[in-house]
Amino acid sequence: MIRLSIPVRQALAKLTLPVLIAAAFGLMLLGKADALLAERARMALADALAPIYGVVAEPLARVRDAVDNARNLVAIYRDNARLREENERLRRWQAVALALDAENATLKANLRWIPDPTPSYVTARVVADAGGVYARAVLLSLGPNHGITKGQIALDDRGLVGRVTEVGARSARVLLITDMNSRIPVILESSRARAMLVGTNGPRPRLMYWPEGTQPAEGERIVTSAEANAFPAGLPVGTVHYSTSNAPEVEPAARLERLEVVRLFDYGLRGVVAPETSAPRPTDRRR
Amino acid sequence: MDDRLPGIRPRPSLWRRLDMSARRGFPAATTALLLLVTAAPLGLPGQAELLVAVALSCVFFWSLFRPASLPPPVVFLLGVLWDLLGYAPPGVGVLILLVVHGLALRWRRFLVRQGFLLVWLVFVGIATGAAAVEWALSSLLIFRVLPPAPAAFQAALTAGLYPPLAVLLTRAHQTLAEPGLS
Repeated sequence: MIRLSIPVRQALAKLTLPVLIAAAFGLMLLGKADALLAERARMALADALAPIYGVVAEPLARVRDAVDNARNLVAIYRDNARLREENERLRRWQAVALALDAENATLKANLRWIPDPTPSYVTARVVADAGGVYARAVLLSLGPNHGITKGQIALDDRGLVGRVTEVGARSARVLLITDMNSRIPVILESSRARAMLVGTNGPRPRLMYWPEGTQPAEGERIVTSAEANAFPAGLPVGTVHYSTSNAPEVEPAARLERLEVVRLFDYGLRGVVAPETSAPRPTDRRR
Repeated sequence: MDDRLPGIRPRPSLWRRLDMSARRGFPAATTALLLLVTAAPLGLPGQAELLVAVALSCVFFWSLFRPASLPPPVVFLLGVLWDLLGYAPPGVGVLILLVVHGLALRWRRFLVRQGFLLVWLVFVGIATGAAAVEWALSSLLIFRVLPPAPAAFQAALTAGLYPPLAVLLTRAHQTLAEPGLS
């Protein structure tokens, strides 16, 4: 170690903080100039933490389930009655759906309808909330050589969750539809009007830019639109709900605050995708 | 520094030196660990804000009471960890932590002699300022005015988290990190 005189050492000690504060500003500029660098550093950290969080998530999910079970036991009688009634109603709807499905199939056969390609999908576990104070996203744990790419679409068992925005070697980040930066072309199901679903970081994204004269109706179903070639048509997104300030919002069909497992669909749509990195991704490098 | 103080001390054997360095590294290590734990999937509401609250409280506390164990480069690294875990624009957390560290160092002489209440009041001011700076810088760096409600919530949470955390940290400070002075 270099021996310095005491005044020099004191002067250096006094200088460290200002120099580091300047470095912080430099880091901000660097993050702004080269967004890829920050993204890569983040995914490297996420890759390292995802397996650990994956292990931690298991017992935590157990605990949460146990609490849920205890709560459910209390309401079991009432729920049973409600479910019986609902089951009855759904059985009727099932008959209707089956009839419509058969009719749809015959009509399509008569029309020489080009069928949509069946998308391939993989299922991944959500290991952590990858949002921040000003972002809504989740982190997925994936195996190596997963083949996930940016722009793939994430759904849970009920509806649209979001899109893959960052991919690492062992993890991926999915930007939720509630994030401020999320913009999704949608269709109001009954009026067939197109609109935009705009995230606000709140629990319910807002509906904007619907055509004049077709007011979204309360409770109307919202599905994705194939416009801009970023999403396939007809994925369930949610239902319209008017806020207290009378602005139409969408109650997401997916349970975004309790995501455990999501399916990542590759529809092969490359309409609006974040620019792919020019440098090889970690998965490519290994081959 | 130890060489210049008179007195009889045990020989600095390997284990003793390991013990000393572990105690010296305790503040930084626990802060980093707490940050990683708050970023884990605990499913708590407001966990993103909790991460900020933990970072600010720990850095303020240790800068005030054991600055020797938390030199500026370590604060810088903790800030980088916060930025990466919290998905904030890079550099914002680093700047805030360094400024908090600097302020705590500057007011140290006055604050360590005061009671808990005054220290907490000063921290409430720092938490409010930090939330405002984070909001302003984040807005500036993504060229959009962000909603101010999360910033207010974050400030309140940070201020509220400090007293319980300070109780634990004070205990650790008196026993683990600085034995013999309690």
